[in-house]
Amino acid sequence: MIQLDFAAVLVDWPLLLRGAALTLALTAAATVLGLALGVACARLRTHGGAVVRALATAYVELIRNTPFIVQLFFIFFGLPSLGLRLSSEAASVIAMTLNLGAYAAEIVRAGIDATPRGQLEAARSLAMTEGQVFRKVVLPPALGRVWPAMVSQIVIVMLGSAVCGQIAAQELSYFTNLIMSRNFRSFEANLVAAALYLAMAVLLRQALAWAGPRWLFGRVAPAGR
Amino acid sequence: MSLQRRSLLALTLAIGLAGLLRSPAALADSALDAIAARKSIAVAIPTDFPPYGFVGTDMAPQGLDVDMARLVAARLGVAVELVPVTSANRIPYLQTHKADLVISTLGKNPEREKVIDFSAAYSPFFQAVFAPRAMALHGAADLSGKSIGVTRGAIEDMELTKIAPAGADIKRFEDNNATVSAFVSGQVQVIATGASVAGNLMARNPQLGTEFKLLLKDSPNFIGVAKGDDKLRLKVNEIIAAAKASGEIDKLCLKWLGRPAGELPN
Repeated sequence: MIQLDFAAVLVDWPLLLRGAALTLALTAAATVLGLALGVACARLRTHGGAVVRALATAYVELIRNTPFIVQLFFIFFGLPSLGLRLSSEAASVIAMTLNLGAYAAEIVRAGIDATPRGQLEAARSLAMTEGQVFRKVVLPPALGRVWPAMVSQIVIVMLGSAVCGQIAAQELSYFTNLIMSRNFRSFEANLVAAALYLAMAVLLRQALAWAGPRWLFGRVAPAGR
Repeated sequence: MSLQRRSLLALTLAIGLAGLLRSPAALADSALDAIAARKSIAVAIPTDFPPYGFVGTDMAPQGLDVDMARLVAARLGVAVELVPVTSANRIPYLQTHKADLVISTLGKNPEREKVIDFSAAYSPFFQAVFAPRAMALHGAADLSGKSIGVTRGAIEDMELTKIAPAGADIKRFEDNNATVSAFVSGQVQVIATGASVAGNLMARNPQLGTEFKLLLKDSPNFIGVAKGDDKLRLKVNEIIAAAKASGEIDKLCLKWLGRPAGELPN
């Protein structure tokens, strides 16, 4: 058996806490921006003209079919050669936003596609504009229907932010790696990090399940009714 | 592709698990007996660290460390199994017995001596701070307000952390490729790295006008051996001493570094 020495890792708790805080901050920013991007893309893919639709589809497929770390490296190491230099944190938020946006677009689109035809006809018969129909009749119940899937995707993006430490963004994995390269307690450091990620994922899931109905879409009847 | 190796979290967890599952009895014996029994030695070597260890156009590892690994295996009369590692994971590889020896431009420091043992030195090396010629950088205090790229866990990281003033923005990257990319793309203004990486960087990017600024540490390379395995360590020391006496070490250094080994501590 290897001897486990958690004290050697936990003595650096201020670093772990700082890392966890940045992980949550990156996730919060990417969630807000990514959801907006996802809804916009879903709207373009369901209601846009042919060209816009093709562009949105290209974006969604490009992001969903390439690894997150490649997207991240492209933004951080690649864009400076085009003259756009971003900090590690900004590059991380942009990469996470683009990533979440693509998946969110598909999730929201599924919710939109499930809108009963009768509701659209009823809304139009009340002389609502297309924009009003989307904002008031289609989107809120669509978000409500897909919210559990969306919450899972946001959690996946938060866990995926573990690779942002590779571009020196000082999130939880960055400090975990730093601690283990100082004291070589890699097994303990990874276990502690895993426990922290688990706790953050559970909390995030609860918080989003609570926040969604209150702030985003109101209480909606479950699908099928 | 080096991207796979970047998922260090998963990798070290797997290594940790492998270590956990190993029986205590297997650790008590010297790795030397195990090496003789299976007629091969697993040596951790770098593949991102020219000219010490890198991958040639034929995709085979080569370099001073790789030649040294072959030399040690030849003297032991066994086959060599090369295990590519990064700066950050080479010690975990040794600790969990994924490798019998680490010949990977490994410098000696007290933190490392707590967890592994070291042979005599086999090749010279130094770490330093490098920056564009135009930048005024005469002492550690001048690092304040600058962003400095460094490979996490490497000797230069430890030394830089010691001397850097509070105002220095140290950005730590996973391996030398990422650190060099950050410097070349302008994500960091200054780079702290080993002489070989810097040499390679300067040769490939003459437009940056990079030059040597501050010496961080003269740190010859040692071979890493599992903690407490004196039998293997003494055997390796014997091989190094013989190779120094016969001029083989000098020949390796001339071939890869363009200079003889010079004075190396035992």
